[in-house]
Amino acid sequence: MTQIQGWTLGFIILTFALYLGIAWRSRVKETTGFYVAGQGIPTVANGAAVAADWMSAASFISMAGLIAFLGSDGSIYLMGWTGGYVLLALLIAPYLRKWGKFTVPEFVGDRYSETVRTIAAVAAIIISFTYVVGQMRGGGIVFSRFLGLDITGGVIVAALIIFAYAVLGGMKGITWTQVSQYTVLIIAYLIPAIAVAQQMTGLPIPQVTFGQILGELNALSTQMGLSQFTEAFSARPQIDVFLVTMSLMIGTAGLPHVIIRFYTTKTVRGARYSAFWALFFIALLYTTAPAVGAFTKLNLLQDVNGVAADSLPRWIENWAATGLVTVNENAQTIQTVSNSATSGADLIVNNDILVLASPEIAGLPAPIVGLVAAGGMAAAMSTAAGLLLVISSSFSHDLYFRRVKRDSTDKQRLLAGRIAMGLAVLISVYAGINPPAFVAQVVAFAFGLAAASFFPIIVLGIFWKRCNATGAAAGMVSGMAFTAAYMIYTLEVFGTSANPHIFDISPEAIGTIGAIVNFIVTIVVSKMTAPPPEEISEMVESIRYPAARRAVPAGSTGDSA
Amino acid sequence: MTDVTPDKNVGGGEPPPTTSPPDNGWRQEYWRKNLRLMVILLAIWFVVSFVFGILLIQPLNNIEILGFPLGFWFAQQGSIYTFVILILVYAKMMDRMDDQFGVSERPAEGGEK
Repeated sequence: MTQIQGWTLGFIILTFALYLGIAWRSRVKETTGFYVAGQGIPTVANGAAVAADWMSAASFISMAGLIAFLGSDGSIYLMGWTGGYVLLALLIAPYLRKWGKFTVPEFVGDRYSETVRTIAAVAAIIISFTYVVGQMRGGGIVFSRFLGLDITGGVIVAALIIFAYAVLGGMKGITWTQVSQYTVLIIAYLIPAIAVAQQMTGLPIPQVTFGQILGELNALSTQMGLSQFTEAFSARPQIDVFLVTMSLMIGTAGLPHVIIRFYTTKTVRGARYSAFWALFFIALLYTTAPAVGAFTKLNLLQDVNGVAADSLPRWIENWAATGLVTVNENAQTIQTVSNSATSGADLIVNNDILVLASPEIAGLPAPIVGLVAAGGMAAAMSTAAGLLLVISSSFSHDLYFRRVKRDSTDKQRLLAGRIAMGLAVLISVYAGINPPAFVAQVVAFAFGLAAASFFPIIVLGIFWKRCNATGAAAGMVSGMAFTAAYMIYTLEVFGTSANPHIFDISPEAIGTIGAIVNFIVTIVVSKMTAPPPEEISEMVESIRYPAARRAVPAGSTGDSA
Repeated sequence: MTDVTPDKNVGGGEPPPTTSPPDNGWRQEYWRKNLRLMVILLAIWFVVSFVFGILLIQPLNNIEILGFPLGFWFAQQGSIYTFVILILVYAKMMDRMDDQFGVSERPAEGGEK
């Protein structure tokens, strides 16, 4: 075992013991506690839990690497995955908190109808499940890469641990576990970034100092056959950048596993501040990511530029074993670098290794490499656990209890939820070991579908009393069908061939158009059909005010709610 | 909804007044102010990200501050800082509005489990 493996194993065991210990201490026995932690979580902690829930293996492991190679256009992820929280905080979270129900399908079921609830529950399960598969794979890769397990073993170990504490702890366990996971992952992300910034610019604030190296990076990138880091629209056309960013934002605001978090605060006010803390904690990582991308890319290019192929730095050899770094066998010295396997460049580096390899590339000591691996695991596991909870609650609450057995006891529902969770883990382990060829596209699917299904009908349900069940059902089905149809048209899935993009709109961007379709269909159909019953209008009215009115100093009548 | 604010409904001993127009007056006022605040904040949200970071990124990139082309900085740093501040401003302004209209939950916050 190498020194790096030793440190990695040490950190992972230590942090896992911490997570499991917290999950065990806060295990719950009642349904309410299982899903929403009895609404007794402070807003700062809830914010950190949202942040951990949100930042998955994709944010931690892949994003900075993607930005390193996408350059300026990498901002689709930076803006898309943070801007959604503004929509969530202003348009959705406080109102759903006031409504006071467990899940998104539950809100939709109360506001519209049982049919709409069933559609929403199925959509929530599909969206969450596609995410879990990615997390299992991410966790499995970290294990297999640093601990010398094969990918099957890595995925199974990750799945067992996630399942254990998701089942034992429920939401309360997950909330406090996720607070600790956030702590681990942000420390693991910031320490190497700060160290590299100090090393390269003399100032330990990566967000500010990476500006200094952009000129040098642009020049070296051009020289080595890459596009300039700061050049806009080198990777995607402008209209596509616009629509992808919008799709990721409204997808974020519609994701069921993020929305459910706001039920765990005590008050409407708590929901507003939870959203603030969540984005604050997320922004710590998201503003660091472009700096990590830029610093690591410059380090990497300087390390290899013009170096003979047989005297490359050690990290290349270490990572070549995984097959994610390859040196062209015909190259004498390294003249060109690329992230694309088919580019024929002298050195090909996969996006996904950059964050995990950045401490090695910068020559930082072995403990930091181990810490980063533990952080990557924390990101993957925290997200997976939150997603499993949505799957289990959607199944037990919205499908089993509503559709199968209306007189089921608390205990039966808890059991049904846990069985659903177990099944989801089993299927996602299988999918994590044998990933469908289109894992990256599946993530786009999940965002586009969330944007085109939930966001419009939730927002209209809150802000437009006239919106009715027929409209919402029609809007959700047409938005989702439109989005899925375009994705299948442009991607190679289910054996269909990939067709060219229409108007430069990529499948990742189509969720924006799908959401517009949903909005229009919902409004038109609602207008054409009967208005919702009076009590629905009153319910919508009541969620607009945090509390019943008390006498105010101005001396108004101070009347009833 | 009552489980969120269990102590509110026992407050008044008097029967609810039957006149609804004054009641609706403050409700409409509160909601109108809420919507106005929301529209202003969402306009800023749109301008920093979609206008500065995407639509006008190329002209703004001609301005350089601390090594950052300005459009690039908005896309990868400035917009995110603005988003965080927008949510904080929203939470603070809504606190003030809730107090002003007497619909605040704050006194109850410590008392609830």
